[in-house]
Amino acid sequence: MAQTVLHTADSRGGADHGWLKSYHTFSFASYFNPERVQFGALRVLNDDSVDGGMGFGDHPHDNMEIISIPLEGSLQHKDSMGNLATIEPGEIQVMSAGTGIYHTEYNKDKNVPVKFLQIWVFPNKRNVEPRYDQVRIDTASTTNQLVQVLSPNPDDAGVWIHQDAWFNMGKLESGNTVDYQIHKEGNGAYIFVLEGTVEVNGQTLNRRDGYGIWDTTGFAITATANAEFLIMDVPMEF
Amino acid sequence: MEKKIEILVIGTNAPILATVLRLLNTNENWNATGCSAIEEVIEACDNKPYDVLLIGAGLTDGEEAILTQRVLEIYPSIKVIPHYGGGSGLLFAEIYLALAGGTKNQAQ
Repeated sequence: MAQTVLHTADSRGGADHGWLKSYHTFSFASYFNPERVQFGALRVLNDDSVDGGMGFGDHPHDNMEIISIPLEGSLQHKDSMGNLATIEPGEIQVMSAGTGIYHTEYNKDKNVPVKFLQIWVFPNKRNVEPRYDQVRIDTASTTNQLVQVLSPNPDDAGVWIHQDAWFNMGKLESGNTVDYQIHKEGNGAYIFVLEGTVEVNGQTLNRRDGYGIWDTTGFAITATANAEFLIMDVPMEF
Repeated sequence: MEKKIEILVIGTNAPILATVLRLLNTNENWNATGCSAIEEVIEACDNKPYDVLLIGAGLTDGEEAILTQRVLEIYPSIKVIPHYGGGSGLLFAEIYLALAGGTKNQAQ
C-alpha cells in the first residue's frame, strides 16, 4: 500500500531577509525541523522571491545537484566555471556542484521581483566534475499532459543530474487527469502544486502544497481547478 | 561553562573549507577545526577528542572509507558524516542530525 506525506503550504518554514523571502518545505538554513528534513534524495525545496536589483552574492557549493526553475521574472547566473547566463520562466537550470563551484544569482531587473524554485537533490556520486546547464522547456503547448524537464540521462528530455531522478511539469485544465508511473523501483514522487488545485490519491492539494507518495508504482493527478504542478521522482534510499 | 561541541572538518577545496569553518564557528556552542589531508585529521584526533567529523569535498570514495575507519578506531563514538551543499543551507541541519544520531537516508 502506498505511503504518503502531506506538507501544506502554511506548514513550511519561512525566512524573510528583506530582499529575499523564502519558504522552505524542508529544513534549510535557520529553519530546522527534524521531522521535515528531506523526501528521499530530495533535500531542498525552496520557494524564493528576490526583490528587484538584489540577489545571492558569490557563494560556494559542493556535492549537490542544484536545480532552479524560474516562475516569474529572470535571474542572471555567473559562476566560477565562466558561465554567464540569464534564466527566465520556461527554462530550467542545473548545477552539479561536485568538487566545488562558486556562483552568483541576481535579479537584474530593478523593478520586478523574481520568483523561482530552488531544488537540491543529493547526488548518487560524490566529487564529480562541476557542471552547469540550462534548457528551455515547452509547457505552453503541452496543456493536459506531462513534460519531462529532468532525468539522469544526458540524451533524454530536459536537463540531467547525477541521480536516478526524473522531474515532470504539468499544466492541467480543470477536470482533466494525467497518470504518472514511478520511473524506478524504490523511487517515490513528491508533487508540488504551483498553481490551482489537484487531487492525488484522494488528497486535495492546493497552491504550494507538497505531497510525497512512495511504495507505489504510480498514481493519477486530477485538476479540480486549472492547475500547474511539478512532480519530483527521486530515490527513497540512496 | 558548557563544553563546546568539537567539530573536525576535512576538505581539499580551501575556500569552501574556510566558508564551512566560518559558518560553523558562528555557533557559540561549536568549535570547528579544519584539515586538508587524512594525516592531519588523524593527528588532530590523537591530540584531543572530537564529537563530529564532517567529510567535505575532494576525497575519493576509498579515502573517505579509510578515513572513517581510522577515525572510528580512535573514537568509536565520533559521528562521521559526509557534507553536502558547500556550507550554505544544510550545514546546521547536518550537525544537529548527526548529534541526534540521524542519517541522511530518510524519507520524511
